[in-house]
Formats: sequence, structure tokens, C-alpha cells
Amino acid sequence: MRPKTFALAASAALLIGLPAAGASPSPVAAADAWCRAAPPGAPSGGCYVTLTAPTGDRLVGVDTAAADHAEIHTMDMTGGVMRMRRLPDGIALPAGKPVALKPGSLHLMIIGPKRQLTAGGVVPMTLRFAKAPPLRLQVPIRMAPSPAASPAHHGDHQ
Amino acid sequence: MKRLLLTALLLAAAGATSGCDRPEPAKSPSATASPIGGPFSLIDTAGRPVTEKSLLGKPSAMFFGFTYCPEVCPTTLAEMTAALKALGPDAERLNVVFVSVDPERDTPEQMKLYLTNFDPRIQGYTGTVDTVAAAAKAYRVYYKKVPMEGGGYTVDHSSAVYLLDKRGEFVEPLSYGMPHDMVLERLRKLISSS
Repeated sequence: MRPKTFALAASAALLIGLPAAGASPSPVAAADAWCRAAPPGAPSGGCYVTLTAPTGDRLVGVDTAAADHAEIHTMDMTGGVMRMRRLPDGIALPAGKPVALKPGSLHLMIIGPKRQLTAGGVVPMTLRFAKAPPLRLQVPIRMAPSPAASPAHHGDHQ
Repeated sequence: MKRLLLTALLLAAAGATSGCDRPEPAKSPSATASPIGGPFSLIDTAGRPVTEKSLLGKPSAMFFGFTYCPEVCPTTLAEMTAALKALGPDAERLNVVFVSVDPERDTPEQMKLYLTNFDPRIQGYTGTVDTVAAAAKAYRVYYKKVPMEGGGYTVDHSSAVYLLDKRGEFVEPLSYGMPHDMVLERLRKLISSS
């Protein structure tokens, strides 16, 4: 009985925690969210956001109705080899410190998009945290900046 | 890989490069061991057979990736699309080839669909698990299929674009994230010297 009661209470808390319109904002702040426009037929896409948890938290999951599912990933380019990995434990959000999910690094990977990820569109997404209530976002789809526009890793040619 | 990197670093330290404007040595240290490039037998986006001979007569920019790749591959393809546009008529004197390291998912149809968003002159090659492995080996491309927790898999892979001359001989790599102007400069040099 007890675990059941607890589960019920927990799911009730979760329901209350869902930020319906006008509800108090989630303690985790999201800024600069965007998804990378993907070619037709692309079986996946990358989304990025900067998260700040004032009291410390952990991003533990991401849900989207726009794709089969979504995962939290990291990427590494050591030695010129692209390695991507799922982060099953999510991403730690130290108190008050903005954590940037960005190209070449941490990202949200949406797998099996139901519609093409075309610039100008929007991906509805819910971020789940260990403590804070889920955060619903309407993430705009943009063309990725060209690699030339990102800071050069080698400085300017003199 | 480690040994290659070490050799590259040693060469760089010994002043083998001409200045600080080169993120990588002009000549791969491996060129002295066994050459990058060689015979391959793949299929294009129409399912037609292609070999290393299909590229001869024009210099080539060749890179390996997969359509499941959310960032590096579309970025490289976008960079190559921008470069081909900037090259103007000279772009006709260059092969640009995207080779899949994920032939199980990247069928010719999938490659064709994926490439519709980029410059139509970019060719897509795929094959069977074995023929792709042989091509990657010939070009000394590292790739590894890695299962993902919860199902599916990703493919670790080398991200550089290899430049080959019109005889199919390796010239130099372009590292991922190289500034656009530098990419253009290298491609122009490759075309004019061929």
C-alpha cells in the first residue's frame, strides 16, 4: 500500500508541477534554444539550449512529440574523430551556473523526426529535471551558422 | 592513430610546416609509410558501381560520414556547398564525394534524399559493410560502430576532408572547422595545380 500511495502522491505532484499557462515559472531558466535545420531524410537532428538552475539541478530527460524520441548526448572531436555518446545520467546543472548545450559539445538529439526540420519551424519540447518541474519549450528551427562564422580554432591567417 | 598523431606532432615540432598558418602538416606523415587512397568498389546514389577510377582526371575532396550524424556531416556538406558556390566555374574541375561509413542505414536512396539539400555536384557513395570497410581502410579513415544505450547505434568517424589530386594521390587533409577562407584557398590551390 505504502509505495502505491507514494507513487500516487508523486504523480500528483508531477501533475501539479507541470507548468500550465499562468503557472509559476520553472526554477530552471532556458535561454537561446534552437534546433538545427536538417536535410530531408535526416534521421536525426540536434537541438541546443543554455540552462541555468539557480539552486542546482540535473537535466534528466527530454520529450518531444515532433520525433520518435529524444536523447541527451555529448560529442567529442579529439584527434579529429567525431564521437557521440548518449548521457544516460543526463547533465548536471550546478547552482547558478549557465550550462550551454551547443554545437560540438552537449546537445539534445531528436531521433526519427516526424516532420522535416525546416528552418522557420518549431520543435515542441519538454525538458525534465531531477528536482525542478518539467519545462516546456517551443524551440525555433534555424540554419546552423556556417563553420566559418564560428570562432576559428586557429586564429586569423596573418 | 596515436602513433600517427605523435609523428605529426614531431614533424610539426621539427619545423616541417612552413609557419603557423597550417593547422596540420602539409604532407601526411603516413605518406612515407603506405599511401592514403587506393582501390575501392562502392555504389553511388543511383546504385551504379563506382571505383577510384571514377574520380581520376579531376582532383577530389572526399570525406566519410553518415546521414544519422546530426552535426559534423551536415556542417561539412554545408561547407562544401558554400565552397563549390564560391569556386564558380572552377567547381566543375573538382569532385566532391561524401562516403557513408554506415552502409546498413545509408542506402543509395537515403543518401540521395539526404544530399538533395546540398550542392547537386556532391556525390554520395555507399556500399556493403565489407566494401565500405575496404574503402575506409584504403583511405585510412577511422570509424567504429558503437551501440547506444537503449538501442540503436552511432558511428565514430574521422572528420577530415581528404584532398586528392587528379591521379588519386593524397595531397592533404582539411580539418573539421577550418575557416571557410582557408578551405577555399586549399581547394583553389588543388584545382590550379592539377
